[in-house]
Amino acid sequence: MFGYYLDLALRSLRRNMVLTALMVLAIAVGIGASMTTLTVMHLLSGDPLPGRSDKLFYAQVDDNLSAGDYKEPLDKQGYQSTIDLWNARQADRQAIVVESPVKLRAPQTTLPPLMLSMLSTTADFFPMFDVPFRYGAPWRAEDDASRARVAVISSDLNDKLFGGADSVGRTLRLRDTDVRIVGVLGRWRPSPQFYTVAGGRFAAGKTADFYSKPQDIFTPFSSALEFNDGNFYQYTCSQPPATPGHLQNAPCAWLGLWVQLNSPDRAAAYKRFLDGYAAQQQGRILRPQNTRLRSLMEWLDFQGVVPSDVRLQTWLAFGFLAICLFNTIGLLLAKFLRRGGEIGVRRALGASRGAIFCQCLVEAGMIGLVGGLGGLLLTLLGLGLVRRQPVAFADMVHLDARMFALTFVLAIVTSLLAGFLPALRASRVAPGLQLKTL
Amino acid sequence: MEIQPILAALRKHRLATLLIALEIALACAVLCNACFLIANRLQAMQVRSGVDEAALATLQISGFENSQANDINARILAGLRAISGVQSASVLNSIPFGEHRGRVGIMTDAEGKHFGGVVELYMGGPGSLEALGLHVVAGRPLQADDYQPFEGVFPTSASVLMARELSDHLWPGADPLGKTFWVDKWSYRVVGIVDYLVTPYPSYAGRSAPGWSAFVPAQPGPMMAGSYLIKAAPADIGRVLRDAREMVAKVAPDAVLDQEGSQTISDLRNQFFQQDRIMAFMLVGVIVALLLVTALGIVGLASFWVQQRRKQIGIRRAIGATRGDILRYFQTENFLIVSGGIALGMVMAFALNLALMKFYELPHLPLYYLPVGAIALWALGQLAVLGPALRAAAVPPVVATRSG
Repeated sequence: MFGYYLDLALRSLRRNMVLTALMVLAIAVGIGASMTTLTVMHLLSGDPLPGRSDKLFYAQVDDNLSAGDYKEPLDKQGYQSTIDLWNARQADRQAIVVESPVKLRAPQTTLPPLMLSMLSTTADFFPMFDVPFRYGAPWRAEDDASRARVAVISSDLNDKLFGGADSVGRTLRLRDTDVRIVGVLGRWRPSPQFYTVAGGRFAAGKTADFYSKPQDIFTPFSSALEFNDGNFYQYTCSQPPATPGHLQNAPCAWLGLWVQLNSPDRAAAYKRFLDGYAAQQQGRILRPQNTRLRSLMEWLDFQGVVPSDVRLQTWLAFGFLAICLFNTIGLLLAKFLRRGGEIGVRRALGASRGAIFCQCLVEAGMIGLVGGLGGLLLTLLGLGLVRRQPVAFADMVHLDARMFALTFVLAIVTSLLAGFLPALRASRVAPGLQLKTL
Repeated sequence: MEIQPILAALRKHRLATLLIALEIALACAVLCNACFLIANRLQAMQVRSGVDEAALATLQISGFENSQANDINARILAGLRAISGVQSASVLNSIPFGEHRGRVGIMTDAEGKHFGGVVELYMGGPGSLEALGLHVVAGRPLQADDYQPFEGVFPTSASVLMARELSDHLWPGADPLGKTFWVDKWSYRVVGIVDYLVTPYPSYAGRSAPGWSAFVPAQPGPMMAGSYLIKAAPADIGRVLRDAREMVAKVAPDAVLDQEGSQTISDLRNQFFQQDRIMAFMLVGVIVALLLVTALGIVGLASFWVQQRRKQIGIRRAIGATRGDILRYFQTENFLIVSGGIALGMVMAFALNLALMKFYELPHLPLYYLPVGAIALWALGQLAVLGPALRAAAVPPVVATRSG
């Protein structure tokens, strides 16, 4: 029976090509717009570390030294609090993160000096965030303690400096210090670059830069403090630092602390530890009640990392799809009811209402399928356009298998939804009345 | 035109009528808000800078130590001034639509009790104020001895010029001349007011506004190096910047030129608003597609109705209705449906605006958008129905005599 309906649907669709084309086009454009924006949304609002993110937390005590009724701690912390928390080693893994610009020279190459963004962190960073290595390995905890002059570089930088060869053991000059490369990362492109996210809640939705590539160079925090002293940026300072860029003893917030807590109990215990620490430091810490332990996804949510333009585009696209849907309902209604006579004959020959209903839905589904195909092409076109935009996440935009499947599901569901009401009306056609007018 | 028979006919097609009306309503809601969003973006892009944009460019250099700063400044400034066409070269730490190195919270009292807002302190060396082209509208212009050397991030005290928008905010109704503001223990005395000076990052959402800036004169030194303002005739500025970029490799081969940051101010402005521009284009695209789809829907359904009513049209024509009557019938019918849709659409537009206001920093939808949107949709409806209505008017009376 399904084959017969398909045949009928094909005939019917062929009979009025213009109307059919209109409906297919409307579905295709609606699907194309929705899927383009949905794919971008999916990319930007997704979990950067699926399966691990619920064990990762951003620990905060409030190092804000301004008087006032602040409900939230600053997005970053001062040196004292961060080092105290880190030294307490209450977490399963923990990493301090801070970014700074650094001048890089590669003595074995002829490249001019480069200014790069360097991430200074601690050894746990790599296993904690599941960072893939192409060559070598992370530095060890001893290297943090001994302030070793070591570095891990990105595969991009390795390609640029060493043509992609195994560069472990080679030397780079960072500012005026020689560092030994101990590891080269594999392809790593977390979306967003979650570990440095801060200040997003003040960015008025202009947060596309949170999706930029990870830093090209990673060094131990303890050694970077020495060799890149004076180049660290503050998140905010209650008083300007005496020596700019030297923030260890300045009333400045500039460090982030990530912790891994393997069970909810551990997380609860860590929160108690934070509260205890803040209470014990009351005086230095003005608002000890302002401690936070947000999980990775909670932190991204709180910071509002998804750019507001992308959200707006998604809403727009779905509003547009809704209009396309209404449009298709209207056109299908016209199409089905125009065939009142034909339906009347089928009913008179014994077809049940259900059969007419199914026949009409098959026809609608077919429009959805073709519209989905068109929508897929438009989605690819749309994503191509997004990739050409000058935004930090442009290089990550692609259609994955799930989104590919979703395109067709959305198209067919839309068209079935559009077909439901018209099909119902068509199945209610009174055969007698129609036959009389034939 | 009798409306009664049209309403009676529409009552027979409740579902289709409702669908078209809903489609119009949705279109109305999206259209009004999308237009409003476009207008907002365009307005944001028009933000005044207060500086002589077309004649300015910046050169950004990094990768040198504080101890080398004076040497670098001297070399680069000399190099810049040697380029033909350069009218002025100076050191300026923050650049409109570019680097912002002077964003600070300021206090209006020495004790730090009264927070004034987050403002931009443009710290500039001799010549930069003149190059920016700021107009001093009150107080005195800066003099050579206002530019003092300093050691820390900022001078510990200075005589500054303030943008009027900021002085109006800090001391509403009072004369700002001679007033002082504080950054921690550092104090700055306002000696002059400039007409307008935009902050480098006019979309910052904290306690700030696009015109909250001040100009702090200072002598270039370790903490004020590597960021240069170049002025040339607007026709020359592109070439001058290219020459300047090449010059850096010659006079300071070990320093690193910031390729992305070294641009003309016009280009920086363009880049700053690129996202807004893309969004505005996208919204226009959405509006066009939306109107097209809506029009097609109307055409489709109207055609169906015309075909369905061929016989009735024939009868009306046979008993004396003119072509004009038939044409007007369909036009009026469309007008009624669209009007219903618009009535609902206005409510929806308003609701959508409220939702947008909640999630985005958007003002209220000005009420005049609603009638404009309504007129657009009425026009669209009439245009879309014209084809089918003309076909209906062309139905000959003889159809009445045929069966079927």
